[in-house]
Amino acid sequence: MRTRILRVFALVVKELLALLRDPASRAVLIGPPIIQLIVFGYAATFELKHVPFVVYNQDQGQLSRELVARFAGAPSFDLVQFVYDQSAVKKAINNKSALMAMDIGPNFTSDLERGQPAHVQIVLDGRDSNTAAIAMGYVQSIVTHFNESQVLQHGTKPPPTVLLDRALFNPNLDSRWFIVPGICGILTLLVSMLTTGLSVAREREMGTFDQLLVTPMPPTEILLGKALPGFLVGTAEGTLIVLMAIFWFHVPFTGSLIGLYIGLLCFLFAAVGIGLMISSLAVTQQQGLLGVFLFMVPAIVLSGFATPIANMPQAVQYITLLDPLRYFLIVLRGSFLEGGGIALFWPQYWPLLMIGLICMVAAGNLFRKRLA
Amino acid sequence: MGVIVVNNLSKSFGKGTSRKNALKNVSFEIAEGNMAALIGPDGAGKTTLLRLLAGILQPDAGTLQVLGHALPDDSLQLQARIGYMPQRFGLYENLTVEENLTLFADLHNLSEDGRKARFDELLTMTALGPFRTRRAGQLSGGMKQKLGLACTLIHPPKLLLLDEASVGVDPISRRELWSIIQHQVIHEKVTVLLSTAYMDEAERCDHVLLLHEGEILAQGSPSDLIAPMQGHSFLLKDAALAPRALQSQIARLQDVVDSVIQGDGLRIVMKSAEAPTLPARLVAQGLSKPVPARLEDAFVSLLFNRNPHHSTPLPKTTETAANDIPVVEVKSLYRYFGSFAAVKDVSFSVHKGEIFGLLGANGAGKSTTFRMLCGLMPASSGTLRVAGADLRTGAASARARIGYVSQKFSLYGALSVLQNLSFFATVYGLQSRRKQDRIAWALEELELKNYIATNAADLPLGYKQRLALACALMHEPSILFLDEPTSGVDPLARREFWARVNALAQGGTTCLVTTHFMEEAEYCDRLVLMSLGEVLAEGTPTEIKSRVRRADQPNPSMEDAFISLIEEHERVSRRAS
Repeated sequence: MRTRILRVFALVVKELLALLRDPASRAVLIGPPIIQLIVFGYAATFELKHVPFVVYNQDQGQLSRELVARFAGAPSFDLVQFVYDQSAVKKAINNKSALMAMDIGPNFTSDLERGQPAHVQIVLDGRDSNTAAIAMGYVQSIVTHFNESQVLQHGTKPPPTVLLDRALFNPNLDSRWFIVPGICGILTLLVSMLTTGLSVAREREMGTFDQLLVTPMPPTEILLGKALPGFLVGTAEGTLIVLMAIFWFHVPFTGSLIGLYIGLLCFLFAAVGIGLMISSLAVTQQQGLLGVFLFMVPAIVLSGFATPIANMPQAVQYITLLDPLRYFLIVLRGSFLEGGGIALFWPQYWPLLMIGLICMVAAGNLFRKRLA
Repeated sequence: MGVIVVNNLSKSFGKGTSRKNALKNVSFEIAEGNMAALIGPDGAGKTTLLRLLAGILQPDAGTLQVLGHALPDDSLQLQARIGYMPQRFGLYENLTVEENLTLFADLHNLSEDGRKARFDELLTMTALGPFRTRRAGQLSGGMKQKLGLACTLIHPPKLLLLDEASVGVDPISRRELWSIIQHQVIHEKVTVLLSTAYMDEAERCDHVLLLHEGEILAQGSPSDLIAPMQGHSFLLKDAALAPRALQSQIARLQDVVDSVIQGDGLRIVMKSAEAPTLPARLVAQGLSKPVPARLEDAFVSLLFNRNPHHSTPLPKTTETAANDIPVVEVKSLYRYFGSFAAVKDVSFSVHKGEIFGLLGANGAGKSTTFRMLCGLMPASSGTLRVAGADLRTGAASARARIGYVSQKFSLYGALSVLQNLSFFATVYGLQSRRKQDRIAWALEELELKNYIATNAADLPLGYKQRLALACALMHEPSILFLDEPTSGVDPLARREFWARVNALAQGGTTCLVTTHFMEEAEYCDRLVLMSLGEVLAEGTPTEIKSRVRRADQPNPSMEDAFISLIEEHERVSRRAS
């Protein structure tokens, strides 16, 4: 038994040394994840900031200027210029100098002062429907606030129902809070799969794998020695990104660290299992790399990282059940935003363990079959 | 004015501390119509030099003039006039022989009307005519090389640069390749520069460049190079002593530069042109006669002079009694890949403490047989037993009794020498005290001490070979498998290696070795000659050679034996069919 443990330990040490002593693989482990975290963290956001807009204000009154000032002062909007006819509005949208145009009718102030509803036309560039829809939401929210202050100032009758919205867990709906924990999952998956998915193929290419097979080490020990570095590297990578999420991106961590780490280990179990499966099939590193990416892309799309799983067709929703990232994203977002702990995450843990177990057994069998 | 004029050429690769000089101040000239050979171990700079001459690489310093074109400026004009055949010629394996030729003809803008005649000429010359429609991937190693050469010759070049065109090819194809090249030189007035690992090929050239660690050690015609060595070489025979035992006595003598076993005698090279002062007993019983010097003697003594402290480990003199216990047994072994039989009806057995050789060209089935023996690949049919077990199905403990040095010395390149040793020691179940002892032994015995912290990938080839051997010997296996352990290393490292194997065998370790160097058969106690998956002959080197001794071939070499046996085999199988 002692010999076995020592042998596996020696393989793990060798594996880590090979990863860390080789400048190329060291760079792959450290560089790209950090770059990706920064790029994703800053670039991938659902929020709109600085939407350029033009104003065609036909009204001469005080209230229209106040409304325009509310828009111009909002961080989401940037006033590009005032225009003085309808064709200039069209032109500004067409040549993309503005994404939105605001057309205030000539009687805006007087209508309001008489207690009558006044009209504002908002023209949006519909070529980018997603952005237009989000901008529209902001417009509505600013207009609502404008109306409320009018009601307050003039003591007119308030509208019958007032919508008071409050987002739980992420009060400002800061999308970075949503995305950065997700990136933690993606990068951990990528690094642990690369570590395990390529390691056997690398040895096959170098010829060292034969050298291992002629030693008294049974295949299970080799497999174990190949799996453990994936766990170690994955845990280190996951920890690094969690720390960066908390201290760099200031995403609040409200949940239980233990709950998160149990989730991380279960997730790594699944990821390493899949990595080993790829490893046992791939003869060259190129095949291994291809395998890792063939898995990664659908895994990210189906995980609910960017688009909600609930929006997917029912059949696709069933497929997402096979995606380990799906479960881990729930654990991550739960730990960061929801304050969740072990009890809450249990439904996510066991599917990960199941996926991992099935993959490990399959990898072991493939491995033996491949040798036979 | 030579076809190739090179002055103070230098080239290095890499950056910073890992910068390596591939060529240092190389100058030479090759006259028109000459056949020149570039000889040296792997990493000597042969390929770099050829690539520079073909205008593919940019030199760091020095001038190059090839066929009157100054390089690297005129490389495009030059490339249209030369034929360059790199080590692994880029044949398209899925194209047929003819399609490959057509492709290269198109690449060289060969006119349609001249094409047919040239194809016919080349196909006749290479004897590939019957295989026109066969895919290149399905040709044998020798045929692939011939096709590669034909593609290189498609536009009659003025200069032919060949990078190890014949290495690893079977002796018959080697002979054919050689005659094609000679035909080009004599009848087409082509100038040829070729790199080779075989001394005998270099010896047949007009001009030889001995390259070592990026420097030209010596150059000149083979006779010029050999001349100073005349009178240095002797053949010793002792009726009472086996050559190997004789070697262990002689090699200790002063002024002996080199000693190799040849048949039932020992060929030695002295530092000066004086007969060795032999021990009295040998003088009485033995026989010492001067023999003509060879190019290899010149090379070995040049290397020896560069590094006179280079010590070759000597086999221990304790002769263990010949042993009849078979430790490796192979009976009617077959291995198919699809419908292709890589190994056909191979049977042999190896006794304890023997050095047993598997000789053959690339693709003869040596490595496949080896992999089956080590349990890395299942046999299609037949039985094999290594140390009483089939390593594939037997217990893991059986594998603890073998050591394996794979082709290309598979080591963990990013790990240091010490880390490699330590890893393999642990994997073989060595612990604490014993592990330390064995590592210390390896560092001492294989002289790896100066390289403890060096990454295995950065070791010189000869040291890689030693480290691979050390890793395989950590657990003192009783059987050692060595797959092509000497390919690409310099002659001294090769001798050193065989001396170690000798010492191991005398200590009772059974050694199985594959090699494509026919002359290395002399180091084996017994061997099998393999060709196209079949065993042509089994026996001691002397036995095998005597099988082909004829009036016109009174003193056949192992290569002669190989060729005669293949020809005989083909006659028999033709009669049978």
